[in-house]
Amino acid sequence: METKTTAQKLKTLFFATLYLSAFTFGGGYVIISLLKNKFVDELKWISEEEMLDYVAIAQSAPGPIAVNGAIVIGYKICGIPGIVFAVLGAVIPPFVILTVISAFYNLFKTNPYIQGILAGMKSGVSAVIVSVVWDMAAGIVKKRDALLIAIMIIAFVLNYYLEVNVVLIILGTLVIGIARSLYARRETK
Amino acid sequence: MIYVQLFLVFLQVGAFSFGGGYAAMPLICAQVVDQYGWLSEKDFADLVTISQMTPGPIAINAATFVGNQLAGIPGALVATIGVALPSCIFVTLLAMLYTKYKDLPVLKDALTALRPAVVSMILVAGLIILIPAIFRSGEVSFADGNFAIRPFVLFVGSVFALRKWKADPILVMVSCGVIELIAQLIL
Repeated sequence: METKTTAQKLKTLFFATLYLSAFTFGGGYVIISLLKNKFVDELKWISEEEMLDYVAIAQSAPGPIAVNGAIVIGYKICGIPGIVFAVLGAVIPPFVILTVISAFYNLFKTNPYIQGILAGMKSGVSAVIVSVVWDMAAGIVKKRDALLIAIMIIAFVLNYYLEVNVVLIILGTLVIGIARSLYARRETK
Repeated sequence: MIYVQLFLVFLQVGAFSFGGGYAAMPLICAQVVDQYGWLSEKDFADLVTISQMTPGPIAINAATFVGNQLAGIPGALVATIGVALPSCIFVTLLAMLYTKYKDLPVLKDALTALRPAVVSMILVAGLIILIPAIFRSGEVSFADGNFAIRPFVLFVGSVFALRKWKADPILVMVSCGVIELIAQLIL
């Protein structure tokens, strides 16, 4: 069961990113949440902790988060060929949809049915994100490490209320982690 | 030549948009509207609206849209490759470094400290979608008519379906859209 061939993995990867990308209304974090659902919970190809590291990588590099997320996961699962298939999967749906829509834009913009569906989907999209955060936050609280819980709360306040740039938050927490690591190692000497 | 220009412009957008879609928007505007005049300001506002109504990252959407307008499908292809290429290079390098060094104790501790912050960032992204859906003014307030009950019920129901029944997330999202549409038609 574990010995899936490379070709099968690439196929799964391509269709997973294609399918997810076609339904990610509302930005990069939605696809990140869906990728977590697929590759961590369903396929179990990636651990939850690794997934969070991948989100950080996707977030700190330039470019669309959905594409960056597809790249890290593609690389993890199949190396460079994995990247190619994952990126193609992530890019094809918006490419096709935008090509069609740019031709019929006026029709699309004024259609009340399409507007209604899109309005309703926002509730579902945010529920998916909240559910993923629920799992991830529970995993961190379970570690019973006060510093980690403090980082989670402070990062939320900085990001949501004070609108601090996410790259700064990422760098700051990395510095805190390194400082604690060096300090702990000196103590044990 | 238009293909080379499209490629280079979107290569820059891809290379300098740190922090996702909202960071990419001003970059796209500066290049496509202000510098080259490929789109008018109204076209650009339309493009942002299309991006919000359709799946996919705004940078990819913009590249496809502008490419199509200027040089048809080949233009769209060239622009889309340009915008995705920097990601492919930077993220691949970071992923390689991560795979190689993730077991170093110092890096392990650094990543342990980083994870809770990432969880918070994902939550913030969720709230940015949820709050304007539930509160009509976009601000959390229970003043007259500001609280929209139907999106709130859909949200709570979706969380319940996802947690309790482990429902498929895409099914949940699409169902919300269909329920809202039916509700609008009946009420």
